Amino acid sequence: MKITHVLSLVPFIGILGGIFFSNRVTPYVMGMPFILFWFVLWALLTSCIMAIVYKLDIANKEGE
Amino acid sequence: MNIALLIILFFLLVSIFLGIRARKGKDMSLEQWTVGGRGFGTIFVFLLMAGELYTTFTFLGGSGWAYGKGAPAFYIIAYGCLAYVLSYWLLPPIWKYAKEKNLISQPDFFVSKYKSPYLGILVSIVGVIALIPYMVTQLKGLGIIVSEASYGQISPNAAVWIGAISVTIYVMISGIHGSAWTAVIKDIMIFVVVAFLGIYLPIHYYGGFQNMFEVINTNKPGFLILPEQGMSISWFISTVILSVLGFYMWPHSFGSAFSAKSEKVFRKNAIIMPLYQLVLLFVFFVGFAAILQVPGLEGAKGDLSLLRLAIQTFDPWIVGVVGAAGLLTAIVPGSMIIMSASTLIAKNIYSVFVPSTTNEQITKLAKYLVPVLTLISVYFTIQGGTAIVSLLLMGYSLVTQLFPSLIFSLFKRNFVTKQGAFIGILTGVAVVAFVTISGSTMATMFPGLPQPIQDLNVGIIALLINTIVMVIVSVVTMKSPVKVKSSSSNEQEGLL
Repeated sequence: MKITHVLSLVPFIGILGGIFFSNRVTPYVMGMPFILFWFVLWALLTSCIMAIVYKLDIANKEGE
Repeated sequence: MNIALLIILFFLLVSIFLGIRARKGKDMSLEQWTVGGRGFGTIFVFLLMAGELYTTFTFLGGSGWAYGKGAPAFYIIAYGCLAYVLSYWLLPPIWKYAKEKNLISQPDFFVSKYKSPYLGILVSIVGVIALIPYMVTQLKGLGIIVSEASYGQISPNAAVWIGAISVTIYVMISGIHGSAWTAVIKDIMIFVVVAFLGIYLPIHYYGGFQNMFEVINTNKPGFLILPEQGMSISWFISTVILSVLGFYMWPHSFGSAFSAKSEKVFRKNAIIMPLYQLVLLFVFFVGFAAILQVPGLEGAKGDLSLLRLAIQTFDPWIVGVVGAAGLLTAIVPGSMIIMSASTLIAKNIYSVFVPSTTNEQITKLAKYLVPVLTLISVYFTIQGGTAIVSLLLMGYSLVTQLFPSLIFSLFKRNFVTKQGAFIGILTGVAVVAFVTISGSTMATMFPGLPQPIQDLNVGIIALLINTIVMVIVSVVTMKSPVKVKSSSSNEQEGLL
């Protein structure tokens, strides 16, 4: 497994695995119930992770 | 005629104009018409994919789920993010292969990989059966939005006709170029409207987000988390996984992947798209804000929550803008759905039975099928009826059945034979049909099992049976004397 594959699995773990402890209302974060905040956080993190994957992925080093 | 209606009409005309103008300077071969000559860059592909994502379901259903079901609605954000992670790895090999072999539709991919036109027919039939009800949902949503936003001046049926005719015109003329251009205006509208409503309404009615959620939590304890039973954590996980797998199995999503000009487009999209999911956050805020402000919308009526709250709160001109955004969320995906369905029938069903058909005839047939399929969808929208409701429920699960044989076909060594793929898909589809029509759930089929298993999305069963059958049939057909014939299906290019 390449590092890019491992990184791609992280959002799955965060969202599907994280639900076991993030399924709660409190504490409120930025006005949102914790469970909603958790998904918002992971939408942001997923975007960052995919940006890192993009940078590391050799396939993108070739020209268009 | 009130101001709301004028605004809706204005945006409708602008989008028809853009849709028609998109044709300019293009020779409309089938490849131009369906996959834009494979020349779309990151922004257009992004808009097309967002166009498929933000349908009337997002607009009405997303707020409706938040209004009626609460936290389970969040699964939509979750699967959206993860589907794009999958797309980073899934779409480039599909695109590469499609470009190399000049494929223009989803069934083409199966035909080429498994060397079986009949598998293509099966995949097309599954696609069309799933697409027509999807189109019906779009038209239904469109009818609701326009009639509500016009303060009842336009009946839902009249709105359905207007929307259907608009779609037909620009799809026939411009094909996917029309969808891409109308998607531009649609996405700007949706973003502005949804962000405005989602921020303004909670502050206006509750003084802030946290206060709104606290009030809801006091009034409806447990509404803001996944429940212990029913739409529980195991429901959430299984539904998200199924939705991620099925995401790109829709013929129009799969087909729009062919429109990219390079595989990098998808990889870049995988970075932006998760952020774009956050538009849904605002949609949810509107649904939550509506709970205590426009109470009493039961069941499917919950889908009206966004519009009802907007009408109650704002001047007609804002309602008009909301209505126009809603109209566009129906016609952009609608155009892609209709275009896909007619391409499937012309290219992957008709021309298999009449092999002498030329490319030009296929293109013509596909275009003339647009009004035919639109009429069928309008008929079902206006007639309603229970059959179409069952089909609607099945759509997503039906297309997900294509996933196992697709994913195996991408591997260097694919042991799945065309017979395995065919019978696997057929079995999966049969199970989905049985489960949906009989109304079975895991709980009714396996009452003795523990709660988390009972709450699993029943679609998992169909996918599992499909995969098992596919593997068994493939192993059997590989070793049988038929091998000589089917062995060609094993010779796959290494793409993963």
